Amino acid sequence: MTSGKAVTSLLEIRNLGVTFVGRGETPPVEAVRGVSFSLDRGGTLALVGESGSGKTVTALSILQLLPYPIAAHSAVSSIRFAGEQLVGAAPEQLRQVRGNRIAMVFQEPMTSLNPLHTLEQQISETLLVHKHMAPAAARVRTLELLRLVNLPDAESRLGAYPHQLSGGQRQRVMIAMAIANEPDMLIADEPTTALDVTIQAHILQLLKDLRDRFSMALLLITHDLTIVRKMADDVCIMTAGEIVEAGPTADIFARPRHPYTQRLLAAEPKSRPPAANLAAPDLVRADDLRVWFPIRSGVLRRVRGHVKAVDGVSLAVRTGTTLGVVGESGSGKTTLGLALLRLTEAEGEIRFAGQDLAGLGQRQLRPLRREMQVVFQDPFSSLSPRLSVAQIVEEGLKVHRLAATAAERRRLIETALAEVGLDAQAAERYPHEFSGGQRQRIAIARALVLKPRFVVLDEPTSALDMSVQAQIVELLRELQSRHGLAYLFISHDLRVVRALAHAILVMKDGRIVEAGSTERVMTSPKHPYTRALMAAAFDLAAVPT
Amino acid sequence: MTASSEPARYAVPTAARLLGHKITPLTRRRLNSFRRNRRGFWSLWIFLAIFIVTLFAEFIANDRPILVRFNGAWYFPVFADYPETTFGGEFPTAADYRDPAVKTLVAAKGWMLWPPIPFRYSTINYDLPSPAPSPPSQVNWFGTDDQGRDVLARLIYGFRVSVLFGLLLTGLSSIVGVAAGAVQGYFGGLIDLGFQRFMEIWAGLPVLYLLIIMASFIEPNFWWLLGLMLLFSWMSLVDVVRAEFLRARNFDYVRAARALGVSDRVIILRHVLPNATVATITFLPFILNGSITTLTSLDFLGFGLPPGSPSLGELLAQGKANLQAPWLGLTAFFVLASMLSLLIFVGEAVRDAFDPRKVVL
Repeated sequence: MTSGKAVTSLLEIRNLGVTFVGRGETPPVEAVRGVSFSLDRGGTLALVGESGSGKTVTALSILQLLPYPIAAHSAVSSIRFAGEQLVGAAPEQLRQVRGNRIAMVFQEPMTSLNPLHTLEQQISETLLVHKHMAPAAARVRTLELLRLVNLPDAESRLGAYPHQLSGGQRQRVMIAMAIANEPDMLIADEPTTALDVTIQAHILQLLKDLRDRFSMALLLITHDLTIVRKMADDVCIMTAGEIVEAGPTADIFARPRHPYTQRLLAAEPKSRPPAANLAAPDLVRADDLRVWFPIRSGVLRRVRGHVKAVDGVSLAVRTGTTLGVVGESGSGKTTLGLALLRLTEAEGEIRFAGQDLAGLGQRQLRPLRREMQVVFQDPFSSLSPRLSVAQIVEEGLKVHRLAATAAERRRLIETALAEVGLDAQAAERYPHEFSGGQRQRIAIARALVLKPRFVVLDEPTSALDMSVQAQIVELLRELQSRHGLAYLFISHDLRVVRALAHAILVMKDGRIVEAGSTERVMTSPKHPYTRALMAAAFDLAAVPT
Repeated sequence: MTASSEPARYAVPTAARLLGHKITPLTRRRLNSFRRNRRGFWSLWIFLAIFIVTLFAEFIANDRPILVRFNGAWYFPVFADYPETTFGGEFPTAADYRDPAVKTLVAAKGWMLWPPIPFRYSTINYDLPSPAPSPPSQVNWFGTDDQGRDVLARLIYGFRVSVLFGLLLTGLSSIVGVAAGAVQGYFGGLIDLGFQRFMEIWAGLPVLYLLIIMASFIEPNFWWLLGLMLLFSWMSLVDVVRAEFLRARNFDYVRAARALGVSDRVIILRHVLPNATVATITFLPFILNGSITTLTSLDFLGFGLPPGSPSLGELLAQGKANLQAPWLGLTAFFVLASMLSLLIFVGEAVRDAFDPRKVVL
């Protein structure tokens, strides 16, 4: 194993091709074409691309983990790890490599840990299998590993189950499992995508430390350019199954040559919100808004306490401006948006255009529903899969009787679709025929067709690829200036918020910790939490909070 | 995969149609998947063929001719009763076409077209070579039961009654069950809590005893049995539908509909119910099987359809009472076993067709 290292790199991939056989009439899909790169000990290579670009398939090919009768490698494919050919290797040989010399960390820590096993069982499994350790020794090693990944109270957590840990802690456990056998190489597939920004910074720091400590090779798969810039020595830009550009990170970011790379880099939201009349009257006001979910216990189901999802929030959104709401998951952002629309029960005063919404019943609210709309985060769950696009968009028109005839309704639908950049043919299709970005456009068209004055945007860009995200942000800005819409823009992505919001609120645990104009909060945050958030988001700096 | 041409890129247009109606691509995928399951697909056709044939039982097994040509005029005894005097007989009562006297009268001035099996389920063949139950013969292809009635004729009518009973009970209990499940799941809270407790008590009632007790008050007929069974069978679907509604009521598209101001009724029918139909349709063939089995077992025990009605359960009971006449028990067993198997095969195919995770290679 050491013999080959002197001449070649630890990992050498040459002309990797992966094809998935088609089923029925569907033709075979060529997921990866002619991918070549190499990676050395102590180095970090980032595979960057949008969803469907073939980065995960490439990573899984290294461990030969693809569903093999369905997936096939091209004849010229070669994956050499420490001199050994892995393509078509015998199962015993692969078992020696998997989890032992090459380890992998997956994106979603909740689903990659077995919910029925304790931490000790999960981590010691690999030690027992690969190292044939005695149980007592494995336990000592497990503790050592948990300390290595900085899991607090490691000793008392040995018997804990995955659901008792937070997302960040689970990812630490995944990393502990991956490095248990001191692998030569670590593959991290979007290791922080499911995590909040402040936790993301800590996990990336941890990966970096471990890489240096064990002089591992780190293959980082991500779509987040900030992470690439911060972590990787070299970068490969993938699109449509091919590497279009590769080289040292600094070079590529400074002088992108391929048009796709240039587009990708340009897609990072850099712009500032459109000019707006910041003295415009308030359209939506909330005073001391509270959403408390009771915690009941005992035989009589007495209320023992409350989960304070939103706790005493006051805000105002001016006509034609955007109020950004930022915070980490569980901070109450989404609940706040739903409460403002009276989609969840809330206490406190909500005023829309001077009218108090708090006391109104569903029937009295109906005329106001036309003026306040919402766009949700996940465009795959916010469109009913059984209705055509025309049916989805026309629903609001029917409820509010906005069109006298079918022809007029049709015209309104087509106008709304045109406004979000879809052509009239889209009306007869079903949501599953569209990509994520197109679906988000449909969701926006559904809101827009009613000509609302206020739209709650609940993370509308989070589920989308970078370049699509930029298009949606551009669309939202355009619609705002054309129709004078007021937005409540909820997001955890501070870059997008900076590109859209005139003012922002920072939420933590249901309360507002800081509020003010975007420029002021971003450049000189006052609250320590806001400062940590900004540092984590823009510099990936791990600041203890 | 590249995003540059985004707004202009669509999937290939599809204009799928079924029986002239436009169907969604999802439905088309399911139909294709169903067709690919050869066993289920052919089971459905075989079952439908048998069922449709038995729907016209009167034209296949009857104790009167389908058509009579007498004295230059057409008669349709299948549809109407004609007095014997029409054909020159002596009695003003309805003609008995099996009576040799009537046969001779008609033959003199015309002809009769008989169905392939000249027996109704209640026709007693007095002209048996051996005491009833008599074994299969040229006249009675599957033999006769212990009262001299043709087994094949009783099978055809009994099959029809069983399937019709099963279909009606399944249909009605699905409607009630889906409605109850939808209301509980969608509104949740106290309505759900109250309804669930009620169902627990209701499901605890002993159905069989209730039927036996009712049988001593009234003479149970088809509709009485259907009503009584319906009182209890609607609960089988409630839990499935309720679970689907509990899940779907917090989906973003339901929230979006609520934000549009759509009323609860429309949300239930238009947005949530289509989700629940998958679970419902998957269950239907199995509920149908259950309903048929229930009716058969009641008939077998003697608490089912009134005496004399054609029924598979009653034939089974006769087979048990007359072990020396194996054609009774064997026929009933094979008919029941094949009918239930066909339905299970169909049910499996439907279930797989609706399973989004099932990959057919």
